[in-house]
Amino acid sequence: MSFNNPLEGIEEKFEMIQILDENGKIVNEDAMPDLSDEDLVELMRRMVYTRVLDQRSIALNRQGRLGFYAPTAGQEASQLGSHFAMEKEDFLLPAYRDVPQLIFHGLPLYQAFLFSRGHFHGNQMPEDMNALSPQIIIGAQITQAAGVALGFKRKGKANIALTYTGDGGASQGDFYEGMNFAGAYQAPAVFVVQNNQFAISVPVEKQSAAKTVAQKAAAVGIPGYLVDGMDVLAVYAVVKQARERAVNGEGPTLIETMTYRYGPHTMAGDDPTRYRTDDMDDEWEKKDPLVRFRKYLEGKGLWSEEKENEVIETAKEEIKAAIKKADQQEKQKVTDLISITYEELPSNLQEQMEEYKEKESK
Amino acid sequence: MAQMTMIQAITNALQTELKNDENVLVFGEDVGQNGGVFRATEGLQEEFGEERVFDTPLAESGIIGLAVGMSTQGLRPVPEIQFFGFVYEAMDAVSGQAARMRYRSGGRWHAPITIRSPFGGGVHTPELHADSLEGLMAQQPGLKVVIPSNPYDAKGLLIQSIRDNDPVIFLEHMKLYRSFREEVPEEEYTVELGKANVKREGSDITFVTYGAMVHSALKAADELKEEGIEAEVIDLRTVAPIDIDTIIESVKKTNRAVVIQEAQKQAGVAANIVTEIQERAILHLEAPVLRVAAPDTVYPFSEAEEVWLPNHKDIVEKAKQSINF
Ligand SMILES: Cc1ncc(C[n+]2csc(CCOP(=O)(O)OP(=O)(O)O)c2C)c(N)n1
Repeated sequence: MSFNNPLEGIEEKFEMIQILDENGKIVNEDAMPDLSDEDLVELMRRMVYTRVLDQRSIALNRQGRLGFYAPTAGQEASQLGSHFAMEKEDFLLPAYRDVPQLIFHGLPLYQAFLFSRGHFHGNQMPEDMNALSPQIIIGAQITQAAGVALGFKRKGKANIALTYTGDGGASQGDFYEGMNFAGAYQAPAVFVVQNNQFAISVPVEKQSAAKTVAQKAAAVGIPGYLVDGMDVLAVYAVVKQARERAVNGEGPTLIETMTYRYGPHTMAGDDPTRYRTDDMDDEWEKKDPLVRFRKYLEGKGLWSEEKENEVIETAKEEIKAAIKKADQQEKQKVTDLISITYEELPSNLQEQMEEYKEKESK
Repeated sequence: MAQMTMIQAITNALQTELKNDENVLVFGEDVGQNGGVFRATEGLQEEFGEERVFDTPLAESGIIGLAVGMSTQGLRPVPEIQFFGFVYEAMDAVSGQAARMRYRSGGRWHAPITIRSPFGGGVHTPELHADSLEGLMAQQPGLKVVIPSNPYDAKGLLIQSIRDNDPVIFLEHMKLYRSFREEVPEEEYTVELGKANVKREGSDITFVTYGAMVHSALKAADELKEEGIEAEVIDLRTVAPIDIDTIIESVKKTNRAVVIQEAQKQAGVAANIVTEIQERAILHLEAPVLRVAAPDTVYPFSEAEEVWLPNHKDIVEKAKQSINF
C-alpha cells in the first residue's frame, strides 16, 4: 500500500484572508473589525504619515543627513494595521524595518533619526515604552518574544509580546524555536511575518518548500493565518483576534502578511532591478494599501484630499523639527559607550575611561 | 597583469577555483543572481550555473552546517556569511562542528571549507556588521584564520584557502574592498597560509599587524621616518596560525615592538603575539611590547566609529612611548 501525503489540500487551510479588496470594496463583511470612525481615520492618518516619513527619510539619507535606513513604502497596512491591535502596555520587538511601529508605540521621531545615524540615544526607548530597539540580527527577536510573553504570563499581566520578521527571517532556526517555545508554554505572543516577497534579492520561493509561511505554525501546534498585507482592515482584524486569544490564555499565533516593499532593501547600495521586474512592481502597486483604504474611507465620507494634505503637511513639519532636534543632540562620545557597557565598570574600562576622557578633552 | 580592487581580486580568485575544480561551490545569502551585497560573486552564477553558485535560505547555521555535510561528499564549499557579525548565529556549526571534523573522526572526515565574510570598521554599518571577531575564531583549534590587507594577497590567499583541506575563515575588511587598486596577475598563483609579509623594512621598531591596520601602520611608519625613526611593518596575513619566526627575527633586529589590531584590547590576537614575543625574545627587548587596540566596549554605534577605531596617530604615539622608554 502507499500512504497518503498529509500535505495534500493544505493550501485550502491557509487561504489568504481579505476584507477590503483592491478597489476599496468590503468583500468579507463578517470579518469586519469593530473600529470606530475615528479609529478608521487614525489608521489612514498613520499610513499617510508613514508614507511621507519614508519619502523624507530616503531624501535625507541621500543628502547624508540620515544613516542606515530600510524603506517601508508598500508595507504600511502590514506594519500599522498589526500595530494598531496592540495596547500601550504590550511589548514590541521590531526588526530594522519596523521603525514606524516603534514611533506609534511611543518612540519620539528625533530618536528614530538618531537610531538611523548610529547614535545610542536612538536605541534608548523611553521608560514608559515597552519595546526593544530594532533588531539587526534576523530572528533573534523571535525567541526573545517568547520570553517576554512567558514573563507576562508569569507576572499575570494581560499583555502580549508582538514581534516582526520577514519571509527571509522565517528560515532562521530562531523562528521555529521562538514559536515552538511560545506554543509549549502557551505564552501570549504574536509572531508577524511580513512577507514582502524578497529577502534582499532572494525570492520567497527559494526560502522553503512550504507554499506559505503561515502553515509553518502547524508544525509547532499553533494557529497560523495568511492575510492580505495590503489590506489594513484584514491585518488589524487578524492580529486583534490573535491578541485576544493570547490574553485569554489560549496561546500564541503566527500571522503572515502578504505585502511588498516598493523601494530598495536598504539605502546602502541595494539595486532591486537586479532581482525584480517592473511588471512585478506594477502588479503590487495596484494593490497599494493607501489607495484602497482611501477609496473606502472617501466612500464613507471620512476622508478627503484636503484632510490628506493636512496630514502630509503636519508630517513634513514634524519631520523637519525632529531632524533639527536630532542635530542638536550632543555628539556621542566613546566615554558614553564605555559607561553603558556594564552596570559597574570593571578595572580595564575604568582605566580606559580616564584615557578617553583625556582624549576627548583635547 | 591588471589593476584590481580587493573585491575584484576576490571575485577573480573564486572564478579561478570554480574553473579549476568542479567540486568548488559558492553559496550564501544573495550570492547568486544578485552577485553578493558587495558584488564579490558578481557574474559567477551566470558563468558556472545555479548548481555551483547559489542562494541559500536565510539561516547562517544552516549555511555552515550544509557546508560541513557537503564536504563529506568530496565537495569543497566556499560559503559566505553576509557580514561576519552574523557568525554568532553559526558558532556551533563553525567552531563546534567544522573545526572538529578531522579531530573528532580521527581523520576519517575533514572539512575543506572556506568561509568568506566581510567585516571591519569605518563604513557606518548598523550593529553587528563591522565587529572584528578574528580573536574568537583564532581561539578555536582546527580553524585557520586569514585576513588579507591588499588585492594581490587577497587573490593568492583565497585560492590557497580554498585548496586547503582544513576549514579556513577568510575575513575581508570592508574598508579595503574598493579603497585602492593594484597590479594583480590574471593567472593563478597562491600565497602560503601562515606566512607573514614584511611590508616595510626598518631597524628601530617592529609593527606587527594585519588587515586594514597594515595601512595605518605604514602611514605611521612614514610619519616616524621624518623624525628619523625607521619602523619595520609586518603584515601577518593569517592570524591563525601566526608566523612567529618572522616576528621574532624582526624583533631581534629592532629590539622593540608594537602590536596593532582593530579589535578591542581584551583577550584577542595582539595579546597572544605579545606573549609569544616575551616568551621567545625577552632578552632582546629594550622596552615592553606595547599594543594599539580599540577600547573594551561593544563595537560602537556608528556615529562614534572614527574616534573609537585605532588609527595611525595612536601607533605613532605608542612607537614613541616604546622608543623613549
Ligand atoms: C542573522 C542575519 N543574517 C543576515 C542578515 C543580513 N540581512 C539583512 S536583511 C536581510 C534580508 C531579510 O529579509 P526578510 O527577512 O524577508 O525581511 P525584509 O528585509 O524583507 O523586511 C539579510 C539577509 C542579518 N541582518 N542578520
